[in-house]
Amino acid sequence: MPITPEAFELRGVSKRYGAVPALNDVSLRFPAGSNTALIGSSGSGKSTLLRVLLGLEWPDSGEIWVDGAMLQPGQVLALRRRVGYVIQEGGLFPHLTVLGNLALLPHHLGWNRERIRQRAEELAALTHLPASALERYPAELSGGQRQRVALMRGLMLNPDALLLDEPLGALDPIVRHELQDELKAIFDQLGKTVIVVTHDMAEAAWFADRLVLMRHGKVVQDGRLDDLCRRPADPFVTRFVQAQRTLRGVSP
Amino acid sequence: MKRAWLLFALLSIVPAWAHAAPVRIGSKQFTESVILGEIARLAARQQGVPAVHQRELGGTAILWSALQHGDIDAYPEYTGTLTHELLKNVAPDADIPTLRAALQPLGIGITDALGFDDTYAIGMREDRAAQLGIRSLSDLAAHAEVRLGFSNEFMARSDGWPGLRQRYGLPQTQVRGLDHALSYRALASGAVDAIDLYSTDAEIPYYHLRTLDDDRHYFPHYQAVYVYRLDLETRAPAFIEVLDKLAGRIGADAMRRMNAQVKLHGQKETVVAAQFLGVPADGDGANRWTRLWQRTVEHLRLVLISLTAAVLLAIPLGVFSARAKRLGQLIMALSGVLQTIPSLAMFVFMIPFFGIGTWPAIAALFLYSLLPIVRNTYAGLTGIPPDLRESAAALGLPRGVRLRRVELPMAMRSILAGIKTAAVINVGTATLGALIGAGGYGQPIVTGIRLDDTGLILEGAIPAACMALLVQGLFEGVERWLTPRGMRLEARQ
Repeated sequence: MPITPEAFELRGVSKRYGAVPALNDVSLRFPAGSNTALIGSSGSGKSTLLRVLLGLEWPDSGEIWVDGAMLQPGQVLALRRRVGYVIQEGGLFPHLTVLGNLALLPHHLGWNRERIRQRAEELAALTHLPASALERYPAELSGGQRQRVALMRGLMLNPDALLLDEPLGALDPIVRHELQDELKAIFDQLGKTVIVVTHDMAEAAWFADRLVLMRHGKVVQDGRLDDLCRRPADPFVTRFVQAQRTLRGVSP
Repeated sequence: MKRAWLLFALLSIVPAWAHAAPVRIGSKQFTESVILGEIARLAARQQGVPAVHQRELGGTAILWSALQHGDIDAYPEYTGTLTHELLKNVAPDADIPTLRAALQPLGIGITDALGFDDTYAIGMREDRAAQLGIRSLSDLAAHAEVRLGFSNEFMARSDGWPGLRQRYGLPQTQVRGLDHALSYRALASGAVDAIDLYSTDAEIPYYHLRTLDDDRHYFPHYQAVYVYRLDLETRAPAFIEVLDKLAGRIGADAMRRMNAQVKLHGQKETVVAAQFLGVPADGDGANRWTRLWQRTVEHLRLVLISLTAAVLLAIPLGVFSARAKRLGQLIMALSGVLQTIPSLAMFVFMIPFFGIGTWPAIAALFLYSLLPIVRNTYAGLTGIPPDLRESAAALGLPRGVRLRRVELPMAMRSILAGIKTAAVINVGTATLGALIGAGGYGQPIVTGIRLDDTGLILEGAIPAACMALLVQGLFEGVERWLTPRGMRLEARQ
């Protein structure tokens, strides 16, 4: 009986920056179509984990497996084209319009203008970006609009997976709340493998059933919100959960 | 077919032209040297020897180097300069046959003395000298009341006043330091009785001065001669004859008079030289506007070629420096060192490689233009926020595409600013090219400084300043045009 390969898998991956371990012997599997949230304080290694999955960093030891094959340096460009990547500030190129940003990769791959615009309009509808914004420059957009464009850029080639690194981190609470709803709807609608990095427990639980809590480059606990609250793997889990104060938690 | 014809025509012309190449005479950047250069050129023309004169090629070092490398064939020089500065292992008072023997192994010949010395001398007003009965420096010893005014350099040099006083046993106690520019006026007004001067200064006849005879031979000889390349013996023997015939013909009085005609009466060197030889002058006949146009073309050529070459090399170097950090630091340190080489020295360094004229100037300007462009390209590329650079990588774009579509456009503003800086510096520095025969706006500036002619200086300085402003304006336009609109917007928050 054939076993469906994992979309991504880390086997004993370690990565250090100088003396600081960013990932310390991490092994994790991300099944195809699953939604996972990586949580932890800053410096816990969760962003590095995304970056090694894309070949932006290369692990000091351990292996990365993608769709059942070990990642080799020669394959990273092809891999990156199958994965959408969205970062905190959006990472949009200021010298290009929204459409120019969206067109960069498809244009390089030989898509014609018509096809690029059509895809861009589809995605604008999906992410609720006004079509008129396609001609604007990033500097002319609001923060929320920039994140929508960043997501659109990640989705242009209809990738199998989306990796999001604090995608809503730089937004004000109202826009952030609105976008959380929309992102969740998009994830559900597209059914892609999603890994989202956040330090906000509530946001993590909203996006994904599976939460992976990291600290000092190690996985502390891998489970559902319920597991983290009721069956903490160590006292740090409890501290992390309790530090995420909710309004309801404030009242007696 | 047409092209083949053209090629054939060219090939048949080139050897003939190379054969009839005119003799090239150089001169230093002061009036006497330019006049002597013109005299040699006109005398050659008189004998049917085609000759060109590259005027005002800076100082001794440039001319000597150009002569040795065959960029010029002859120039006027002084024996004292040969013994003191140019030749080693030669006695300071070596005579011309000795010099001839020392120059021979270098492939350089020397004429006999032209007939005058241009050395330090002591001068007095004719009337005052006659009144005191002073003809020679020895006579000064008997007149302790004579008031002396010496240039600061002459006061300080061991071969100046201190040695002079010792040699002749001079008793004078009233000795004042004077600025050389003022000393003639001080003498004319009677504020001092004797000053130091150069023996062929134009002011000597103008102020009716008597130069005192150096009867104990204290001052070193600076006899005027022509030096020339010995290969002229086969290439243009007639020209050597022309130079040899000039020997002994130019006396100190004649030289002073010619210097005065140019410096004090504003006559052209060509006219003065022609009068001396008794031949018609052959003025260039160009008016101010055609001259200006020609210099503009020369200047633009210097700037455009050097800048284009610098852009073509410096941008890739800057890109490479931004990639390979360690080696990049080295590249920038090296181009920084280039920048610290004084311009004149840089021009002189280029002579062995490129001769004199346009190309060494272009090479020097090219080297000067590298640093601003390399540095700004590097700064523009490394100034791109890391998350943006990584976004481009994460999209799955290959390196070359990222550089072309993302990184260079984002660095464009900085790169253009670097090119603009290089261009403006270039326009200014190119004026020094005149000192090695590159022409351009520097030519009237050099001549104007030599003749103390402000009008002539402005004739070069004003167009140079205008060109610098134009270049600046042009690049601002290009910057506006090439900087993507998105880069000029302030981000909204």
